[in-house]
Amino acid sequence: MTIVVNGNRTDIAEGSGISDLIKSLGLDTERVAVELNKRIVRRADWGSTTISEGDKVEIVHFVGGGEGMREP
Amino acid sequence: MNDLLIIAGREFGSRLILGSGKYASFELMVKALEASGTDMVTVAVRRVNLADRTKESFLDHIDPKKYHILPNTAGCYSADEAIRTAMLAREVLDNNWIKLEVIGDERTLFPDNQGLLEATRELVKEGFVVLPYFNDDLIVARRLVEAGAAAVMPLAAPIGSGLGIQNLTNLRILREQITEVPLIVDAGVGTASDAALAMELGVDGVLMNTGIAGADDPVAMAEAMNLGVRAGRLAYQAGRIPRKLYASASSPLTGAIE
Repeated sequence: MTIVVNGNRTDIAEGSGISDLIKSLGLDTERVAVELNKRIVRRADWGSTTISEGDKVEIVHFVGGGEGMREP
Repeated sequence: MNDLLIIAGREFGSRLILGSGKYASFELMVKALEASGTDMVTVAVRRVNLADRTKESFLDHIDPKKYHILPNTAGCYSADEAIRTAMLAREVLDNNWIKLEVIGDERTLFPDNQGLLEATRELVKEGFVVLPYFNDDLIVARRLVEAGAAAVMPLAAPIGSGLGIQNLTNLRILREQITEVPLIVDAGVGTASDAALAMELGVDGVLMNTGIAGADDPVAMAEAMNLGVRAGRLAYQAGRIPRKLYASASSPLTGAIE
């Protein structure tokens, strides 16, 4: 199925969950936060949260930044 | 010396808070943080770049055990956007502190006070420790305190401008009137004397980024800011002499040769 991750269309296996996605992207689970269709998914719920066709996922982390910056 | 900055019950030995943007390299940033003596570093929240995974992770370089991480909502232009960013930030390290910015104008980066108040109320309700960046307006400061802000952070000049303290009078008024929470100058400091001057006014701390990261030698400037903040704080505590128009001799008049 196709979902949108950070604005990019991405194909993942049917029935995948947030944990599967994070793992397949090779991300450090302790350093990212996840939103599914604009709702926060707490780390504890990643395993039990499944993704559906067309879902929009945002994965964020910390970057250097002080004040008033715009998207690069 | 036991002169701690206390925000929401948390103690900080340094009164200088640093931003982590605009450094030429992580290595330089780490050295500057070290030289500044800071205990708290603000960081931005951004999408993970999934196309370019070669970039190092920011948290490889900043140890959250050494520095208190203060996530920020830099670049947010509405209360909703800032709230959403804060919610995400909280999840990364399970840290409920947020430096709240709701920007109202792209050229000046002045805050949108209405959006800021709205976001402060909502985030306090959600259990956040909110440190809002605002302009130097006393009434807005009072509203922020009423809304539950853990500190209030007025600008001294536009973000990244390096203009120094452009609002001495308003900062003085804020210092006299806002005593419930720490008052932290956020933005505008260009060099060490600006930091010292802010501290001499009696503010509780100074937050800066560009003043250090943009200097020719950020590590040396970080040390200068460290000393400036400490010098200003000491001078404030020492109590300066009153200003007088005419001279006042400091040598005894008795015993002079005739």
